[in-house]
Amino acid sequence: MINAPIKKVVDITNLEVTFATDGGDVVAVNNVTLSVGAGEVLAIVGESGSGKTVTAKTILGLLPDTAVTRGAIVLNSRDIVGMTGSQLREIRGTDVAMVFQEPSLALNPVYTVGWQIIEGLRAHKGFDAKQARARAIDMLGKVGIPDAENRIDYYPHQFSGGQKQRIVIAMALVLDPELIVADEPTTALDVTVQAEILDLLRRCRDEFGTAIILITHNMGIVADLADRVAVMYQGDVVEEAGVEQLFSAPQHPYTQRLLAAVPRIGKGGAMASARTAERVAAGTVNMAAPVVVARDLVIEYGGRFGRNNFRAVDGVSFTISPGEVLGLVGESGSGKTTIGRAIGGLTKITGGSLEVLGHEMLGIRERTFRPVRRDIGFVFQDPASSFNPLLTIAQCVAEPLIVHGRARDAVEARSRVNDLLEAVQLPRAFADRFPHELSGGQRQRASLARSLALNPTLLIADEPTSALDVSVQARVLELFAELQKELGFAALFISHDLAVVDMLSDRIAVLYKGKLVEEGTGDEVLGAPKHPYTQRLLASLPVPDPIEQGKRRSALAALKAAD
Amino acid sequence: MTNTDATSADPASFAARAPRWHHLPVVHQLRQSVGLQRGMLVVGLVITGIFILTAIFAPLLAPYGFAELQDENGNFGAQQPPGGAHILGTTVGGYDVLSRVIWGTQTALAVIVVAVVLSIFAGVLLGLVSGYLGGWLDRVLVVIADAVFAFPTLLLAIVAAIVISGGQSKLLGGVLAAAISITVVYIPQYFRVIRAETVRIKTEAYVESAKVIGSSTSRIMFRHVLRNATRTLPLIFTLNSSEAILTLAGLGFLGFGIEPTSAAEWGYDLNRSISDVTSGIWWTSLFPGLAIVLVVLGITLVGESLNDLADPRLRTRRKADSPTATPIAAPDMAATSATDSTGAPA
Repeated sequence: MINAPIKKVVDITNLEVTFATDGGDVVAVNNVTLSVGAGEVLAIVGESGSGKTVTAKTILGLLPDTAVTRGAIVLNSRDIVGMTGSQLREIRGTDVAMVFQEPSLALNPVYTVGWQIIEGLRAHKGFDAKQARARAIDMLGKVGIPDAENRIDYYPHQFSGGQKQRIVIAMALVLDPELIVADEPTTALDVTVQAEILDLLRRCRDEFGTAIILITHNMGIVADLADRVAVMYQGDVVEEAGVEQLFSAPQHPYTQRLLAAVPRIGKGGAMASARTAERVAAGTVNMAAPVVVARDLVIEYGGRFGRNNFRAVDGVSFTISPGEVLGLVGESGSGKTTIGRAIGGLTKITGGSLEVLGHEMLGIRERTFRPVRRDIGFVFQDPASSFNPLLTIAQCVAEPLIVHGRARDAVEARSRVNDLLEAVQLPRAFADRFPHELSGGQRQRASLARSLALNPTLLIADEPTSALDVSVQARVLELFAELQKELGFAALFISHDLAVVDMLSDRIAVLYKGKLVEEGTGDEVLGAPKHPYTQRLLASLPVPDPIEQGKRRSALAALKAAD
Repeated sequence: MTNTDATSADPASFAARAPRWHHLPVVHQLRQSVGLQRGMLVVGLVITGIFILTAIFAPLLAPYGFAELQDENGNFGAQQPPGGAHILGTTVGGYDVLSRVIWGTQTALAVIVVAVVLSIFAGVLLGLVSGYLGGWLDRVLVVIADAVFAFPTLLLAIVAAIVISGGQSKLLGGVLAAAISITVVYIPQYFRVIRAETVRIKTEAYVESAKVIGSSTSRIMFRHVLRNATRTLPLIFTLNSSEAILTLAGLGFLGFGIEPTSAAEWGYDLNRSISDVTSGIWWTSLFPGLAIVLVVLGITLVGESLNDLADPRLRTRRKADSPTATPIAAPDMAATSATDSTGAPA
């Protein structure tokens, strides 16, 4: 392999980590052997619970007291396993640094960013205040913070999410570590910002020669940045290969399954046109009145005293016809969730007009709207919190039936609940379990069952798969498409992921800062985007194919240069 | 990530194996605890258990009645030293100290039960309504609760005791007076805790999902919010119980408690023994005082241990060291394979 002559920065042999939990000991990492050379990016991929984060944290000695570590991690010819606190402190920062998932949590809000960068410098290198400050300014400039001389004295909240992650990377780089461990560094960021951070990490490798361990679940990011990939599954490394080899010829069945599950843009176009053709043939298209009509919809959140109201949705117009799936795409803060909540009657609208199933939502009273709710299903983003933890799945799914008088109690509703669970392919025995005893994907399917309990004509799905692992996401999306075809409900499908929306939607609407910038069929919006924002969004999305992604990267650079 | 996933997956398998009584509040924590935390909990439970048993069997355990001054041999005599017929001596009023201490547990337990039950029901209901409905009702209730908080608790209890008992001090009247005055002081605590929890739970996705289903407000409040808001109650319950004993003793000490002819009360006995302390008569103050300290200690230990055990960050665990540990079953992957095997179309 390419890394043979290169000096190894970290060498992990036979690592095993065991946690003590309330339910007995749990092996999180099982006999893992890995190494990273200088100037190399090793991606560790795997689903939640595969042990990838634990492996990375072990390198920095960041595991809690309940963990027992065996094996060896040799970093610069010193074994980290069994080091004392002060020895670990010495290597942290100078030999190995960490970039965390959520940049707004990794920075202390009451200190300036400069102070936080300098803290590390003074702790390790013994710089005086002036030198340290000069070095911090220099580093901030290198990671792409404009006007670094002044902005070094800014507080974290004065930066955007992407800039905060740049600052965290600057903190990691400032001590010239030989290894950076980046734990899901872009998961909390929007896709356009993600592309910039990935560029920055690439520069770290190329310009500073830093070795990077990149932990991610996103195969697109792996294709974009990694040199070598280790696939972890249930605490074991099941496959390790160069990035091109892994994507072109995956060996292990789990890797193959993982790659097949990744949603790709362009897959959905054919499905959507087939669906449309079917509907035209059946003669149902555009015959009935639309279930949702929004005209110049405005939703404002009340500002604090003396401040202007925040306009989350600004003059948006769209319609959803019966049986149609409208995909709503946008980055965080674009107002997509607010629109979904307004249709579900959870957020009041402040201007324009929103008609849901024939009811005008502007100034509607909860009492008037309550009977309409039986025709609306809602699937929430986080399956973990959308179930009452004290009720069984059967009781949760029976709730809508009881509330609307179809059944007196959960026992009476049981046969319908069983049918529903069967429809979402959950074993019948799961009905008597509690929500925490189900996995994320199973919970989201139960959530789908609950929203379909009353045969709604409209379903609102607010990022239903963003909390799920990629292979689970694929199953849930497939199920959603099947049920939609079978039951024929109209749906508003909200997501930040273009590929996911593309798989399901008949039409796609793109939101940007509260405004609807583009709307059309999947082919139109994704095939030939007209609005520059859509173009940038599309180009920023990393595809799970290293060669293709390389081409897209240069296309994105060209697009940016043209701006 | 992996860590939390592992722990959140575990109760599932745990629940499948353990019998139902293992999930009862205190039993569950006792099984869960290790080391010093377990020691604290066990000591607390033992002391509290002795306290409750003594209260129940007081008529059998106490050699004399709480208001008894004489037996067939005539008067006990005042301030008799320990020994002979009176193992712990007699008080200045001529009562048997041991009997008063034992009978005192009954009074203390009755006051705790009445006070805590009253304040839990009133406080929880008010907190739930206030937190969930919000608006002007919430603001008024919060202001009242804050105002009650601002008073010195003992002063408030004294005023309430005078108002309720009207200067009388029969057993029932005395116990109720003490209990209700303690209730007045503790309602704001329960109100605050439940209100804060309700406000938090109100924004949880499962409450919103109940709302989009079209559930009525009362159904959401009692079925979805209330049951999830009461988790911290056992902790406040135990901590407040020990405070209730202290307030009761304080009231008795200041002379607003129960007359010795109606019931035995430790605070009153302490009050009467003030002058004894300087004249070398130690037994009249030591034993009621010890009783108060022990009961408060026992209940506080239970409360504090429950508090620590409820928080996974404070809970100590055994070190993981068995090489035969079960490998982690990643929940989502288990799910995928499960659905695959149920014949889902691949």
